Amino acid sequence: MSTTPVYPPRCSRSGALMSEPLLQAVNLQCERDDRMLFRDLSFSILPGTLTRVEGPNGSGKTTLLRILAGLNDAWSGDLLWLGESRSYQRDEFVRNMLYIGHRPGIKPLLTPMENLRALMAGRKAVSDDLLRQALTGTGLAGFEDVPCRRLSAGQQRRVALARLLIADEPLWILDEVFTAIDIDGVAALETLLVQRARDGGAIVVTTHHDLQLPSMQRITLGAGDDF
Amino acid sequence: MTSDTRAGWRPVTESVGSVRAMKALFLRDLKAAFRQRQDLLNPLLFFIMVVTLFPLGVSPEVSFLQQAGSGILWVAALLSVLLSLDHLFRHDYDDGTLEQLVLQPQPLFLLVLAKVAAHWVLTGLPLVLLAPILGIMVHLDGNSIGVLCLTLLIGTPVLSLIGAIGAALTLGLRSAGVLLSLLIIPLYIPVLIFGTGTVAAAGEGAPVSGYVALMSAFLVLAVTLAPFASAAALRISLSNA
Amino acid sequence: MWQLFHKLGSPKWFFGMANRLMPWLLLGGVALLFAGLIWGLAFAPQDYLQGNSYRIIFIHVPSAFLAQSVYIMMAVAAAVTLVWRMKLADVFVKSVAPVGAVLTFLALFTGAVWGKPTWGTWWIWDARLTSMLILLFLYFGVIALGAAISDEKSSARAVAVLVLVGVVNIPIIKYSVEWWNTLHQPATFKLTEKPSMPAEMWVPLLLSVLGLYLIFGWFACLRMQTEILIRERRTRWVKELVLAGRS
Repeated sequence: MSTTPVYPPRCSRSGALMSEPLLQAVNLQCERDDRMLFRDLSFSILPGTLTRVEGPNGSGKTTLLRILAGLNDAWSGDLLWLGESRSYQRDEFVRNMLYIGHRPGIKPLLTPMENLRALMAGRKAVSDDLLRQALTGTGLAGFEDVPCRRLSAGQQRRVALARLLIADEPLWILDEVFTAIDIDGVAALETLLVQRARDGGAIVVTTHHDLQLPSMQRITLGAGDDF
Repeated sequence: MTSDTRAGWRPVTESVGSVRAMKALFLRDLKAAFRQRQDLLNPLLFFIMVVTLFPLGVSPEVSFLQQAGSGILWVAALLSVLLSLDHLFRHDYDDGTLEQLVLQPQPLFLLVLAKVAAHWVLTGLPLVLLAPILGIMVHLDGNSIGVLCLTLLIGTPVLSLIGAIGAALTLGLRSAGVLLSLLIIPLYIPVLIFGTGTVAAAGEGAPVSGYVALMSAFLVLAVTLAPFASAAALRISLSNA
Repeated sequence: MWQLFHKLGSPKWFFGMANRLMPWLLLGGVALLFAGLIWGLAFAPQDYLQGNSYRIIFIHVPSAFLAQSVYIMMAVAAAVTLVWRMKLADVFVKSVAPVGAVLTFLALFTGAVWGKPTWGTWWIWDARLTSMLILLFLYFGVIALGAAISDEKSSARAVAVLVLVGVVNIPIIKYSVEWWNTLHQPATFKLTEKPSMPAEMWVPLLLSVLGLYLIFGWFACLRMQTEILIRERRTRWVKELVLAGRS
C-alpha cells in the first residue's frame, strides 16, 4: 500500500474546538442472548484521536462497533453526535461516518473498480481517475478490472480499504481492519491511520493486531458476565 | 469548498441525490446479475417446467387446459418469483454490501425500491415475456393471452414488492427459504385471485378494464407501502447479525 | 395517562395486575359462555330451514369472531412494539398468536361440521371459510417467524412488522376472496345492522361471544404470565416469587 493519501489534507489541528467530541457514548449497555456484554460504558470519540476497542473473543467488540455505526440498535443508554442525540440526526451522522465491517462490502462478481464506484455511489461523485488512483494506492494496480472473486482475501479487503484514501467522512469505524492484510500493507495502513488522526479525523478500530500508535485511547471490554 | 466550521475536520454536508443513488444501485445489481447469467435462466426454466407438469399430471385435453391455463401460468409464475426472492438480499447480506446500503445517506426505502426494481427486471419481466409462448401451449386464445400478459405485467412487480418484505424478514435465518414461502404465500393470494379472475373474465368476453384498474391499485399500494416495511425489516435483520 | 402506560410496560406490574384480574375474567367468562351455550343449544327455537344443525353457530360464530379480533389486537400490540419498544406488547403477541390459530382452526372445524348437513359436504371453497383458512396461514407465519429468530428483541420487531403487513392485507384478502366466490349465507351478525335473527337466537349468541372474549382474556393473561416468568427468570422479583411459592 502506498503511503501517500490521496484525500485533500485537512487543516492542522488547533486548540479548544478540537476537543469537542464527535461521538459520545453515555452509559451504553447491551445484552445479547441473556448475556450482558457491557454496561455503564461511557466514552468520547474526539477528533484527531485513534480509539482501539479491546477485549477477548466474544466480549462484544464487533457488537460495540456496530452499535456505534448505527447498525445494531439493541442497546440502551445514550449516543450523542456532536453533543446531541444521534437518533434525531441520523442523516448527518451517516454522512459523516465510514464503516468497514467484517464483511467488507465487496461483490465477488464485480471488479475492484466497479465495487469502489458502487461503494462511493451513495456518498459523493468521484471521477474514475481518482478511483483508479485509490486502487493503485492500496496496491491493486493492474487488478482494477479483474472480478474480485479471482482476487485473494487480502486483495479483496484492500479494495474496501481503498475507500479510506478518498473518504471525506471525519469518523471512521473499522472492524478487524488488518485481517488478511500482509506485513507491508499493515505498515502502510498504520501510517494512513496515524496521518488521518493527525489531520483531525477520528478513528475507532478493533484488531487482534498489536498496534503501536501514539496517543491511542483504549476501550477494554470484559469477557461479558452472566447475571 | 465550504469554510471550516471546526478546526481540524470538516463535516460532510452533502451527499449524492436519492435518484442518482437509486440508479447506481439498480445498475450495479443488473451488472452483477449479468456476470452470472445462468442464474437468470433458472427461474424461467422452473416456470416452464411447472407449467409442463399440469398437462402431464392432470390432463392434456384442450378443454381442460383452456379453462385452467391462466391459473396454471399464474401459479407457476408466482412460485417462480417466490423461489427467486431468496437471492434478493442474500448475496448483499453475505458480502457486506447490505450494511453499506443501510448506512448510505439516502432513505433506505428508496434504495430497497431500486433493488426490487432490478429484481423484477431480472425475474418478473422475463416471465411476462415468456408467458405468450406458454399461453399458446395451454391453448389460450389470443385475447386471453394478451390479458394474461397484461395482468402478469402489473402483478409480478407486486409479487416482488411484497416478497421483498419476506426476504428481508427471513434474512440470515436458517431454512429461510421455506419460512419465506410460509410468510408470503398468504399475502400473494389477492394478486393471484385478481390475476386469474381478469383472464377468466376476458375469456368470457367481459370487459376487463375494471379489474385491470383494481390490479393497478394493488401495484400503487404495494409501491407506496411495501418498501417501508422491507426497509424496517432489513434494519431489524441487520441489527441481529 | 403516561404513568399508566409506563406501568403497563413493566412486566412485574402486569404480573401482579393479572393475578387480581384473572379470577374475574374466568368467572365472568364461564358464566356468560354457559348461559349463552345452554340457552342457545337447549332453549333457542329451531331454525325453520336448517333445523337443529344451525345451533353450531353458538360455537362457530364466537370462535370466528374472536379469531379475527385477536389478529387485530395483535396488530395494535405490534404497533406498540415498534413505536415504544414495549416488551409487554411483544409478550402479548407471542402469547396469543397460538391461541388465535387454535380459534381459527376451531372456526374452520365447526364450519366444516356445519357444512356437512347444510351443503352435504365437509368442505366447500366458500368465501368465508377460505378467508378463515388464509387467516390460519397468517397465524402460522407469525408463529413460525417468532420461533425462527432466537434473539428476543429482533424477534419481537420482526414479528411486529409481519403482523402489521398482515393486518393491512386482511381486508384486501377478505375482499378478493369474497369477490372470488360468494356462496355462503350473508354474515350472521353485524354490529351496525339489526340482526335478521329473532332475539331468542341472537341474545344467546351475543352472550357466548362475550363469554369467549372474557375467557380469552383470562387465558391470554395466563399465557403472558408464563412467558414473563420465562423471560424474566434472571430478575430478582421472579426468583423471590418462585421461592415464595415453594415455601
